[in-house]
Amino acid sequence: MTLPWLVAGLILVSLIIYSVLGGADFGAGVWDLFATGPRARRQRDLVAQAIGPVWEANHVWLIVVVVLLFTGFPPAFSVLSIALHVPLALMLLGIVARASAYVFRNYHEVGDRVQQRWGNVFAYASVATPILLGIILGAISDGAIRADPDDEFRVLTGFFAPWLRVFPFSVGFFALSLFAFLAAVFLIHESSDPELREDFRTRALISQGGVVVFAVIAAFASQLGEREHFSERLLGSWWSWFFFAAACVIALLSTLLLWGRRYRGMRIVGGAQVAVIVAGWGIAHQPYLVAPDVTIENAAAPPITLELLVWVLAGGAILLLPSLYYLFRVFKRQPAFEELRRKTP
Amino acid sequence: MGISLGFHIIFAAIGIAMPLLMVISEAIWLKTKAPHYLDLTKAWAKGTAVLIAIGAASGTVLSFELGLLFPGFMRHAGPVIGMPFSLEGFAFFAEAIFLGIYLFGWNRIRPALHLASGVIVAAAGALSAVFVITVNAWMNHPRGFRIEEGRFVDIDPWVAMTTPFALHQILHMLVAAYLATGILVAAIHAWILLRHPENVVHRKALAIAMAMVIPTAIVQPLVGDLASRQVAKYQPLKLAAMEAQYKTEARAPLRIGGIPNHDEREAPFAIEIPGMLSFLAWGDTDAVVQGMEDFPRENWPPVVVHYAFQLMVLCGILLLLLSVWAGWVWVRKKSLPQSRAFLWCTVLSAPLGMAAIEFGWIVTEVGRQPWVIYEVMRTADAVTPMPGLIVPLVVSCMVYIGLSIAVIAVLRRQVQLAPGLPQPEPAEADPS
Repeated sequence: MTLPWLVAGLILVSLIIYSVLGGADFGAGVWDLFATGPRARRQRDLVAQAIGPVWEANHVWLIVVVVLLFTGFPPAFSVLSIALHVPLALMLLGIVARASAYVFRNYHEVGDRVQQRWGNVFAYASVATPILLGIILGAISDGAIRADPDDEFRVLTGFFAPWLRVFPFSVGFFALSLFAFLAAVFLIHESSDPELREDFRTRALISQGGVVVFAVIAAFASQLGEREHFSERLLGSWWSWFFFAAACVIALLSTLLLWGRRYRGMRIVGGAQVAVIVAGWGIAHQPYLVAPDVTIENAAAPPITLELLVWVLAGGAILLLPSLYYLFRVFKRQPAFEELRRKTP
Repeated sequence: MGISLGFHIIFAAIGIAMPLLMVISEAIWLKTKAPHYLDLTKAWAKGTAVLIAIGAASGTVLSFELGLLFPGFMRHAGPVIGMPFSLEGFAFFAEAIFLGIYLFGWNRIRPALHLASGVIVAAAGALSAVFVITVNAWMNHPRGFRIEEGRFVDIDPWVAMTTPFALHQILHMLVAAYLATGILVAAIHAWILLRHPENVVHRKALAIAMAMVIPTAIVQPLVGDLASRQVAKYQPLKLAAMEAQYKTEARAPLRIGGIPNHDEREAPFAIEIPGMLSFLAWGDTDAVVQGMEDFPRENWPPVVVHYAFQLMVLCGILLLLLSVWAGWVWVRKKSLPQSRAFLWCTVLSAPLGMAAIEFGWIVTEVGRQPWVIYEVMRTADAVTPMPGLIVPLVVSCMVYIGLSIAVIAVLRRQVQLAPGLPQPEPAEADPS
């Protein structure tokens, strides 16, 4: 029975990639909202141009996660969509508002006020959506969602109780700080203008502070969980210390690099920081998908479905990963902001 | 859910067909180097960008909404029918990647590669439609599993994906998407031409759009005929509802118009063409067509199916007439009709394609009621147990209406900025 574990692993990998790419995308929107100082206008333009070519591809990773979950583990998907209906629906609203506001802003070339209004929608949605995403992930960990595996996974808990809690909210703000940090790190690379780079260096350091604060709060809040499983796993077993140590070392490294303005390789370190945290979070859950009632084993789809799914994924990866590489090579190899601006006056 | 799909289907249809127009125009530009075509390509690319983004957003909502509103459906059907959803995810992924390259890569990659990205966007859009419609075809004709004590067993996703409903549904919808988008685009350019008759860019745009409309409008009735034969074979009750056929009879008439009444079991005020329905469904005027009376009353779909079907056919016929006119002149004079009457007719036909898509969608979806998976699972059994469902429904309706208004506003601005027109003053342009 390794097949379900393989699919669960692939879901986690997709979620990690989504957190890095989609997270940076959300974070960029956060910096649109907090664009300040004499260069506010240029900061906003930088954000818009940085995410322009890649944001749609980045958000497909979320669809990949969802589709894998409902094909591979249908009961887990149905339990989550019932128990977390409200935050999921709100997050969707955020995603839609964000995406459409972004496009409307970019293609509404004349009307200045209208454009600004769409810009605001984009910025606020970029702040709200990662918080909701964090709340959802936090609620999955918290162990407050109960379902009955013997009665077709009927959900036993209410629609608000499992997520209106301290831990999910602390994870929400943790996710927001983390994404903002990541975006600031990536944005440093988008411009060759030293002033703009300095702006985003400051922002990266501030949000790194937020990451640390909310990590501590979340660690305490996880003790308030319905069951101690998750906090025990997260802080109590030998391998979790490995992830914990790795996250701390990388965070320290990224802070030092920022402090010393050494930006070479900074994007990789920033991405790794997010990846290690999400990976640790995910691995702490096994063998559960939604603790404590839905496990990887009891929720798995029949082997034939899983087998086909793995093949489809392999085929898709062969076609899509090179395309994705090409996309990022074309647009993200070197700072493009000034160059693009010159060509589109 | 239905409302979300109703909106999504329009955004998606344009998202499928618009890249094709854009790519055709770019290919002509690369061949002729006439700058008009570059202007046109860029204008269409902007429209494509907006609509694909909105289509993508509403598609994301749908992928969640399936679970949020129909957890029962997803829990049982997930293993059977998740496969095309996964494939659709990949097709959409390719579309998003290459759309990014296409829209932002004008100065960064070679022209041939740029065109190739556009072709991939168009192909991936069509492909994702193929996969999504496969799911719908399965809901109409489910197979690839057995039911044992309420559970789906012996699942075979491959068999599920190749149901006999897939082929005609895919063809019908793809042709409809190209037709409906083509006529919509043609109408916008015809409208501009009515006011600026000398504008070369819009004349060329109209020609490309009509080149998409004419063949699709002529092929569509044939595909529709294939579809109705399949429905007659596998869903006789739906066919009976579409045609307001209450009695089982030989030499069944084709009813045009009429007001079907489920309680009286008749459809008065209809024009009847004797034997025609038997012929269309079975290729023989004397064939027996099953009426709704053969089926339990609680399984009858609502009467609206009949109206929707009639209106869809009407829209299709009007578009066919326009296309025959345009095609006839084109063949004889090597150009589209130049008259203002033709432009006016094109403008007035603008909504027909999308209307036909909506009506057709009502026929297939409402016609399947009360089932969500035909003869396997009732819609009522699949819906989420969450109370107060009206709240998310109202909210999602409002979101979609808001989105549509915004899309129209943005596109209107784009049309006003269209190449070759007197540009509006930037200062006074803000209408609010």
